[in-house]
Amino acid sequence: MTLVTIIDYGAGNLASAANAFRRVANGTDAEIVVTADPEIVRKADRIMLPGVGAFADCKAGLDAVPGMVEVLQERVIAGGVPFLGVCVGMQLLASEGREKTITPGLGWIPGAVVRLTPDNPALKIPHMGWNTINVTRPHALLAGIPDGPNGLHAYFVHSYHLQTDSQDTLWATTDYGGPVTACVGRDNIFGTQFHPEKSQALGLKLIENFLSWTP
Amino acid sequence: MTLKTRLIPCLDVKDGRVVKGVQFVDLIDAGDPVAAAIAYDAAGADELTFLDIAASHEGRETIFDVVARTAEHCFMPVTVGGGVRTIEDIRRLLLAGADKVAINSAAVSDPDFISRAADKFGNQCIVVSVDAKQRLGQRVGGDNRSEWEIYTHGGRKPSGLDAVEFAARMVERGAGELLVTSMDRDGTKSGFDLALTRAIADAVEVPVIASGGVGSLQDLVDGVIEGHASAVLAASIFHFGTFTIPQAKQYLREHGVDVRMDRAA
Repeated sequence: MTLVTIIDYGAGNLASAANAFRRVANGTDAEIVVTADPEIVRKADRIMLPGVGAFADCKAGLDAVPGMVEVLQERVIAGGVPFLGVCVGMQLLASEGREKTITPGLGWIPGAVVRLTPDNPALKIPHMGWNTINVTRPHALLAGIPDGPNGLHAYFVHSYHLQTDSQDTLWATTDYGGPVTACVGRDNIFGTQFHPEKSQALGLKLIENFLSWTP
Repeated sequence: MTLKTRLIPCLDVKDGRVVKGVQFVDLIDAGDPVAAAIAYDAAGADELTFLDIAASHEGRETIFDVVARTAEHCFMPVTVGGGVRTIEDIRRLLLAGADKVAINSAAVSDPDFISRAADKFGNQCIVVSVDAKQRLGQRVGGDNRSEWEIYTHGGRKPSGLDAVEFAARMVERGAGELLVTSMDRDGTKSGFDLALTRAIADAVEVPVIASGGVGSLQDLVDGVIEGHASAVLAASIFHFGTFTIPQAKQYLREHGVDVRMDRAA
């Protein structure tokens, strides 16, 4: 049995995430568990961190679960467990968030979470809806997903994005009045700004890739 | 810019059943909102909106089950409106699997509710329904007001509030999106109130969904090109089988509106 934990820290569309993971895991040995218990996360073979809302609120919510950040550090950084962060769950990987106030992140992907500044002022904020992605370098989690202007679409809803310090941690962008970070990662860590659980074909493929990923 | 214009079918749900008929070729139970949602999902709808028009408290409870069953099958954003009045209402809908909630009467009676909701769940999850009607015979003198007034309770109660001002205030409070419905056009099939849609879309930073009055595919195009809407919502043209989602998307694309043409999952 493969234990996949979706972390419940009071932020995120947990039902949607669990539904999509369960759909993909159906017929495999993966068991999807939504949990706020760090001891269960400690045993996980794969970890998913959701998040919707403001960076500072999400970070405070994560910090408020006793032992959770410590277990994540231990299992993901020291233990090499495959990790997927989604939306604000991806932004939390940054060194810091600059939404409302400056808030330290987990610091796993050097960079800052900054407000979108599309070059066309007529473009609406939040960037909300379906957009294509541009894969900058091949990654196992993006395998089999057609990208570019004629590729599949991902569902985005955000006003901030993670600006990585290094191109080495950037795997895909989307275009919204200039390049916007869509996927980041390093080693066993991956994050998507868009919502795979809400992105139909593209999203289910990415989750399938995550569930079989051996970084 | 590659962000696509969204096409959103809306299902009116009363006591757990679709109110207006839904005609799909291979739909066995046209009154089941979940079956309808699955059919729209397969057809390539970009989002779904359920409007809960429950007649009773018991009827209200059924929407949670509808949302939960829909979210098990449809991997796209789902918005639920109708009767959302408390933080607990929102929390229960989100836990059931909704991604956004649309708030109407409660936003008018208690604007601070929008601030509290946005703080708790994030702006992206809070859609404010702007239900507006054109004023009659009041456009004289140095009046800064727009031509439209906000109505609540399904379009029955005038609020005295100016629609464009109200929209801007809701965005300041934290609304991440506005669902702009013309009460004059709703159900008429004569097209969106384009001046209303544009006045609000141009006044706010957040996306506007145009709603109310779609009778033809050209109406959808006009809502985007002339109304400046980021998304277009329609009910009866899809429910009654007048047009399919792919037909509508094809038409939008042929008339200069960029839409998503992915195959469904």
